[in-house]
Formats: sequence, C-alpha cells, structure tokens
Amino acid sequence: MNALSQSFGLLFRRREAGIFVMLVLFCIVVGIIQPRFASLETARIVALAIPLILVSAMGQMMVIVARHVDLSIGSILGFSAIVAGMIFRDHAELPIFVGVLAAIGLGAGLGLLNGLIVTIFKLPSIIVTLGTLSLYRGLLFLASDSRQVDPQYIPKPLIQMSQTSPIGGIPWIVIIAFAVALLTYFFLDHTRIGRQIYAIGSNPTAAPLRGIRVVPVTLLVFTISGALAGLAGIIYASRFGYVNPGITGVGFEFTVIAAVVIGGVSINGGVGTVLGTVLGVILLGAVNVALPILGVSAFWQDAIYGAVILVALLIDRSVRRRGLKSLVAGNRA
Amino acid sequence: MLKKSLMLGLALSLTLSTAAAFAADKVSIVYIPKNTGNPYFDSLVKGFQDACAKLACDFTTAAPATAEATSQIPFITAQTQRGVNVIAISPNSPDALNQVLDRARQKGTLVFAVNGDLVGNFDHRDAAILPVDFTKTGPGQVELLGSMINYEGDIAILSATTDAPDQNTWIAAMNDALKTNPKYAKMKLVATVYGDDDPQKSTTEAEALLSKYPNLKGIISPTTVGVAAAAQVLQSAGKAATIKLTGLGTPNQMRPFVKDGTVSAFQLWSPYNEGLLAAYYAVAVKNGTIKNEPGATLDVPGLGKVTVGPDHIINTQAELTTFDKNNIDKFNF
Repeated sequence: MNALSQSFGLLFRRREAGIFVMLVLFCIVVGIIQPRFASLETARIVALAIPLILVSAMGQMMVIVARHVDLSIGSILGFSAIVAGMIFRDHAELPIFVGVLAAIGLGAGLGLLNGLIVTIFKLPSIIVTLGTLSLYRGLLFLASDSRQVDPQYIPKPLIQMSQTSPIGGIPWIVIIAFAVALLTYFFLDHTRIGRQIYAIGSNPTAAPLRGIRVVPVTLLVFTISGALAGLAGIIYASRFGYVNPGITGVGFEFTVIAAVVIGGVSINGGVGTVLGTVLGVILLGAVNVALPILGVSAFWQDAIYGAVILVALLIDRSVRRRGLKSLVAGNRA
Repeated sequence: MLKKSLMLGLALSLTLSTAAAFAADKVSIVYIPKNTGNPYFDSLVKGFQDACAKLACDFTTAAPATAEATSQIPFITAQTQRGVNVIAISPNSPDALNQVLDRARQKGTLVFAVNGDLVGNFDHRDAAILPVDFTKTGPGQVELLGSMINYEGDIAILSATTDAPDQNTWIAAMNDALKTNPKYAKMKLVATVYGDDDPQKSTTEAEALLSKYPNLKGIISPTTVGVAAAAQVLQSAGKAATIKLTGLGTPNQMRPFVKDGTVSAFQLWSPYNEGLLAAYYAVAVKNGTIKNEPGATLDVPGLGKVTVGPDHIINTQAELTTFDKNNIDKFNF
C-alpha cells in the first residue's frame, strides 16, 4: 500500500501530472454523461485510434525537443504508405516485410533530406518542412500516377495486425506502437545521444561548446522522425486497408503536433518526456472517440475538439506553475 | 499524357504557356474532376478518352490536389485563357465557381457540370450530365437496406461532410421515404453522423455507432470513403452477421468485403458512361448537330437514345446499378 501511494505521489510530482489529471477528469465526466463510454469496448476503440498518432508523435517529440518542428510527416506517411502499397500490388510475390522496410527506409530518407536542408542551409525547420510537405505530396502523386492502392492489394496478414492479438486481446499495432514508445524512452533517457538532443534544444549555442556534434544529432533526429512516419504509413495501410494519394496522411501533422504539445513538450525545445507525449496522444484519442459516442453533433465536434486542446494546455501550464501540491496534499499526508 | 500528373501551380503555368495552340476543326474538351487521385474520376476520364478516340476530339484533364470549394478556380481560369471549347467540371461547390464559369461562357466556352450539379445555380452552366435521377438515390438505398434486414430495426446513416450537397439531398429523400412509405414503418433511423470523407473520422464514427446503439441492424453510407470505412469496422468487430451495411461505393474499393460476405450488396452508377455521354453531347452541340435545349435527343453508342431533360439535365441511366458477388467482377473502377 505504501509503495502504491508513494508511486502515486511520484507521479503527481512529475510534470505529466497536469495532463494525467485532465485525462482522468475527461473520462469521468464523459462516463457520467454517457455510462456506455466507460466500457472495454470504448477502451478498444481508443486503443485502435492511438497507434498511428503515437508512433509519429515519438518522432515529432524528438524533433521538437531539439528545437525544430517537422511539418512534413503527413506527406512522408502518405508517400511511404503508397510506395509500400504499390510494392504489395505490383510485386505480390515478395514477402510483406519488403514493403514494410521500403516504407520505413523511404521515410528515413525523406526525413534525412529534411535534416540536410535544415543543417546545410541553416534554414528554420518550420519553413523547410512546410516546403517538403508540398514537395513530398507532389512527388507521391507523380510516383503513384495519382492512383489509389485498392483494398484487394493490401495483404491480409497486414490488415489482421489491426484485428488480431498475440496477448490479452490487444491488437498487434497497439503493441507495436507502445514498443516504439518504450524504445524512444530508453533512447532519450538512457543514451548519450538521447541526452544530447535535450542539450541541443535547451541551448543550441552552448551545445557545441560542450562538445556536442549538433549537425549529426540533428540529422539523426529528422531521420528518426521520417522513419517513424514511414512506419505509421504501414500502420495506416493495416488499419484502413487502402492507401489514397490525396487522402492518406493529409493534415496528419496537426493532430500529431497537438498531441505532442498537449503532452507537455515545449515548443521552445529542450523540454518534454515520452510519458507526457503518450498521455497527450491518449487524451486526443479519447476525445476523438468520446465526441461521437456522446452524440455531439458534427457541427460542434471540431469546435469542442479545439476547446479541449486549449483547456488541456491551460491546465498543464497552471499546474506547472503552481505545482499540484494542493491537489495531492491528502495523498501524501 | 499530361493527365493527372498536372498539379496546381504546375498545371497553371503549363496550360498558360500552351495557350491557344489548338487546331480549329477539332472540338477541344477539358474535364476538371473534384481532385486528383480519386479512382472514381479515373473511370469517368476513361469515358471521355474512349469517346474522343472515336469522335476525334481533343481531350485533356487537370485537377486540383484537394477537393476544396475554390481549388478548381485556377484551373477553370487557365483553361478559359487557353481557349478550350468545352469545360466539363465536377464542381466542388454549388456556388463558389459562378463568376469564373460565367467568364468562360462569355468567351464562348460551353460549360457542363458532370457527376454533380450547380444546385441552385443552373444558369451558370450550359448543361448537366448526371449519373441517375438523384431523387431516386435515397429511396433506392433505403429499399436495398430494408430488403437486407426484413424492413425492421434501428438503422443509421454515415455520411460525408455536413455540407456535402449530394449526400444531403439523398439523406433528405431517405428521411422522407422512411416517414411516408408504410413499407418502412418498422425501420427506425436512430442517427445521422458525418465522417468528413476522412478514413480515420469515418472509422471512429462507425465504431461509435456500434458502441452507442447495441440494437443497430443496418447502416447506410452514401459515400465511397464512408462505406469502405464502415465495412472495415464491421469486418474487424466481427459484426457483419448482425449489422447489415450498404451504401454507395466503387467496386474496386468494396471487392474484398463483398467476397468475404461483410457486405452483400451496394450501389452506384457507371462513371464511365458519364464521361462517354458528356463527350458525345459536347461534340454534337459544338458541331451544331443538335441544339442544347430540353427535349433534344442524341444517340450514344452503348447508351442508346438519351434525352435532354428540364433544366438541361441529362441522366446516363434510369436506376442505380446494384453490385453484389454475382456481378462485381465485371466492373473495374
């Protein structure tokens, strides 16, 4: 019991406390209004809505911690997914992992290109990736001849990754997404390069003075972001069963950046945790699922979704400023 | 072929630079779909191409990347400057294009609305080529779903965006049929939800329907993205036996679901025939063979005799085509 309350106290002292409180409050309120929300079925729907965002959010979080931003991930996702889909369609004899590797590899390559343009020309990443957002989307139209990859060509085993489970009814793609989050945690918190990413984001001028090689680390961060967007492309194909050049990944960057920022990652760089980002992704997923289950009219959904993001940010900021002491006083007494 | 690879700015500059490079005797036709990468419009383009191969008309197509209300305007302007004889367009908005279309018509260009009409703005186009009498689409869908569920039980509609004009026309007609026709007295419409023609949103909305209405017996989704997403959800949840799904979809998109029994039947029309008819009609009017006025008739190979209806509307077929496992393999679009 003591250990439990202690770990509870630890949790509340962390910066993620604000977003955690927000998530719990949201679920309680929705559960009261619509008891059907508090069910295993809802948990399953939310779990399935998460992986796509979670995988990309891990990459985006690293980029933002390094005081950059990657707006091109939606286009990288679409490009990777359509290339994988074309391999599945035109070379059905190849094993599935060829398409998967192609998607991740292409994503990594496009991410690296982002990083190269940013570092070589010393341009702000927000402008560079705004450009590649359009560039990659245009190239994907050319590469695919603007044709979608129809459901009949997506391999069955890939689709079943979203439907079947190796353990406890949790679908494969959910397990993969959380495995990526775990790896990201170890990379950022327990490797030298991981810590260097924070150092670069905290103070880009001081980092080289401390012996950090800023350019290679920055390139690595953009490459990882691209590769994870490529992996998200595969998850997209698995989840929705087709890839469309004009739909797949469009506007996806906004969802991911919103999740990352809600998760407490500072846009100014140097600050942010994997746990916070995971909670941010879960909160966004829960909101997306809750609104239709509550029966909120389509006209209101966008507005409420936006309002929830703002409220989450406000709670997060005020919790950070004043601390959660008053809230957890009872718990620690 | 320039075809679909033409994108936004590229399209503009290219078409502008080739301005007025037409042979005087051939009728030149451009078709502007809602957006690129939509397999539905590929089939329509094929109809134009086949007709122009026979009739010796000059045919090109160019489309914006996204189906936004104003995204077609630069394409219409460029084609007008280029001096094309006929602009056939599947409008993204019923009223945003009025001015640019008027300017084209002042220059003597014939403007056809194809596949969707400028509802409420008929005097801004010369004729409309529509697949079927849209007043029959809604009731046709209700009848098809009714026949699957013995005309009894809770049903829901999963639509595109809240302001999609075609879908809203059909949904109004569905509501009307459900209210007035005693045959459907035991079918109860419990919800109309909107997936915004986005796979993720459509999936979440479909899952919320299943979760919120445990007694749901049927879903109608009169949009290609929605019906595919709903099929994927039913397949994943293993609920295809208890919840029947139908809607408007393309055979390529729905093929796996029809083959594995998730969906027993859905409907649409032939977009190919729309392209074919539009090209034949354009050439006949431009050559002066017939007059563009209600009551005029034209023989189109494969379609027989078609008649121009009130408001200059021409339908390519009388009833919706129903696709099921017996005929789906005859179609490829």
